[in-house]
Amino acid sequence: MKDESVAKNLFTQLDSAFIRKEPFGLVLIVAPWNYPVNLTLVPLVGALAAGNCVVLKPSEISKGTEKVLAEVLPRYLDQSCFAVVLGGPEETGQLLKHKFDYILFTGSPRVGKIIMAAATKHLTPVTLELGGKNPCYVDDDCDPQTVANRVAWFRYFNTGQTCVAPDYVLCSPEMQARLLPALQSAITRFYGEDPQSSPDLGRIINHKHFQRLRDLLSCGRVAIGGQSDESECYIAPTVLVDVQETEPVMQEEIFGPILPIMNVRGLDEAIDFINRREKPLALYAFSNSNQVVNRMLDRTSSGSFGGNEGFMYMTLSSMPLGGVGNSGMGRYHGKFSFDTFSHHRACLLSCSGLEKLNAIRYPPYSEWKQQLISWALGKQSCTLL
Amino acid sequence: MSDKGSKGLAKDPGSEPTPGMDPFTDTLQRLREAFGSGRTRPAEFRAAQLRGLGRFLRENKQLLQGALAQDLHKSAFEGDVSEIIICQNEVDLALKNLHAWMKDESVAKNLFTQLDSAFIRKEPFGLVLIVAPWNYPVNLTLVPLVGALAAGNCVVLKPSEISKGTEKVLAEVLPRYLDQSCFAVVLGGPEETGQLLKHKFDYILFTGSPRVGKIIMAAATKHLTPVTLELGGKNPCYVDDDCDPQTVANRVAWFRYFNTGQTCVAPDYVLCSPEMQARLLPALQSAITRFYGEDPQSSPDLGRIINHKHFQRLRDLLSCGRVAIGGQSDESECYIAPTVLVDVQETEPVMQEEIFGPILPIMNVRGLDEAIDFINRREKPLALYAFSNSNQVVNRMLDRTSSGSFGGNEGFMYMTLSSMPLGGVGNSGMGRYHGKFSFDTFSHHRACLLSCSGLEKLNAIRYPPYSEWKQQLISWALGKQSCTLL
Repeated sequence: MKDESVAKNLFTQLDSAFIRKEPFGLVLIVAPWNYPVNLTLVPLVGALAAGNCVVLKPSEISKGTEKVLAEVLPRYLDQSCFAVVLGGPEETGQLLKHKFDYILFTGSPRVGKIIMAAATKHLTPVTLELGGKNPCYVDDDCDPQTVANRVAWFRYFNTGQTCVAPDYVLCSPEMQARLLPALQSAITRFYGEDPQSSPDLGRIINHKHFQRLRDLLSCGRVAIGGQSDESECYIAPTVLVDVQETEPVMQEEIFGPILPIMNVRGLDEAIDFINRREKPLALYAFSNSNQVVNRMLDRTSSGSFGGNEGFMYMTLSSMPLGGVGNSGMGRYHGKFSFDTFSHHRACLLSCSGLEKLNAIRYPPYSEWKQQLISWALGKQSCTLL
Repeated sequence: MSDKGSKGLAKDPGSEPTPGMDPFTDTLQRLREAFGSGRTRPAEFRAAQLRGLGRFLRENKQLLQGALAQDLHKSAFEGDVSEIIICQNEVDLALKNLHAWMKDESVAKNLFTQLDSAFIRKEPFGLVLIVAPWNYPVNLTLVPLVGALAAGNCVVLKPSEISKGTEKVLAEVLPRYLDQSCFAVVLGGPEETGQLLKHKFDYILFTGSPRVGKIIMAAATKHLTPVTLELGGKNPCYVDDDCDPQTVANRVAWFRYFNTGQTCVAPDYVLCSPEMQARLLPALQSAITRFYGEDPQSSPDLGRIINHKHFQRLRDLLSCGRVAIGGQSDESECYIAPTVLVDVQETEPVMQEEIFGPILPIMNVRGLDEAIDFINRREKPLALYAFSNSNQVVNRMLDRTSSGSFGGNEGFMYMTLSSMPLGGVGNSGMGRYHGKFSFDTFSHHRACLLSCSGLEKLNAIRYPPYSEWKQQLISWALGKQSCTLL
């Protein structure tokens, strides 16, 4: 919260120059269903710390969490400054007609545009945490089992319903042949012979998404898994091969425990493939070669990047979480949340006296005055930020 | 190759040609391809562009001064201090700090990531559009350009068609100093700008009115393009009873009439008590006479209104309230005298729209609290000023209001500090730039975690199935977060 002092120049040496962090006012947080506690409350922390009043709109799809947030949470906060509002798309649309001073939205790009369009009417700044298809490049030069462990864990965690999960793998056919048994081995080790009975594997949020994912199982060819159970909204940890880029599984964000593998003939083709598509929220590259990892990092853009790792960076509050391009704008977590929900006001406090010093800058401008002022202004370049 | 007609997440080439002629498609395509080739990424390239911009400013100083004189009747000196030198300073600052700004920022790690490399990488967004206004046509076009270039973007500049002299110089001379595969100036009015905005940009910085700001943001929404909008509003200027009228009058008059009042951060109206008003008026007259002489119209230090449309608009405002000082106008020169209006009603046009001219209305309030209420009933302004001998009064105004920026006993002097961000809040805008803030605005900050491909045995701890001890260990390690300072 502290005022940040800034460097001054010759004109302002005697002044007090600082940046003051101020709350925006009324903040709206619209949260999704996949990490319904995390993605509602972590933004809330930032908004509260920054001194705003907050309206929380949890997802109506994750009903259990919605109930707890609506009924229990307000008892712990000052309800004159905090409210939980409930509803579906229609109610949210009504809510958005009102003016907010900041909106943080987590969800799909499609709905992100709706939010931003509503924000435009009031010139409300927004942070949009959106999604996309997060590519996962697996180089020929790597240990298949290590990669399979890491990729499988980050893919099937929360049954694949994670905005930063690896969405699809890019690798050579040779690598694919080595990866498949390694993936099967990882899946069996993690979830047992019968993943449906594993306590560590979740379920799909609802029937609509279950159907959507079950339809994706007919893309390409099922190499691992592929089982489903409608009565439980259960989809087995699945790997698909022989998929075409035009198939639905390669067109929409999967958001489920299905991992398609697409073949490329090396790093450059992978980079081209990735760059032809929308900028993703996350991008992963696995290789024993630092050069390969760094080349992927240098030649692509994404919200965040993991080399030989999945979304471990999410555990670091020192890292910002945010997208770029179609995957979003703005960022939060840790101090970034506080800064996101604060207006940074440039302040210059001068003293009311010493007017004689100021007189130098008033017209009419004699020759010597012009030279002096121009010189003093040019001394800017000595001032480091 | 991708199927360009496919739906979903396959990207279109970056343009949506409208039926009929779209003059921008080829230019934008060229810039996108250049960006895709990686041309703008190396520091050497960016520095070369910045140096080119610096040379443009140095070698065409007189040309630019002439253009500013033509557009706004700006004196050569005023053109220097408010535009050319400012731009040069930004170029120098960027050149000096480019490597430091571009450097990956290491971040604090936790127990899980101790052996990893964790950093934030600054990356260019890609194709940046800068839409600039006419009031400081060099400054407000080129200062953003410095940031966009330093950050490694390809840039499209859309200078204002209203400041024709400057537009010409920027369109015809500036490109010669930059790599034209990565930079273009596009021209046109509202209609052409609307066409331009149908295309996808990766960042847009717009300076102008809130009304047009909404149009820009609506267009940006269609492509999920992030924006910085430097807008406007009515910047209040509170003058406390406890102050020296002449000192205040000097400062307020100078910042109000600079550039003939056509400054987005100029004090727009004064709030003071009737008693203070009585003391302020003669002091304002004295300041105006000292600055611009008995006949301000012949002062070389007073500019002109940009065009007839704005001249008419301002002349109409002269009939609000009562003219206490000035009030003269000369249509043939688009000249409006430094004017002070009193007895104005809040509902009159002069208190409803941003004045953007050399007219200063005074509204009466009975003290600080009434002034604060008045201000807070209205849209958040770009700038807010408070004059008082009492620090308490100044700080109370600062604490109880919100604005893009704030000046206590001062005008927009902070604009000379590249260490200060320039940006609005609420109706006066979003985002900010100047100095390093420009570089950060035009960069995507990418969170990066590079792990080594070995040491898998260590990782095995986090995989299911989760025995009791594993759960405890992981939860404990994760909870150690709270010791990690940012």
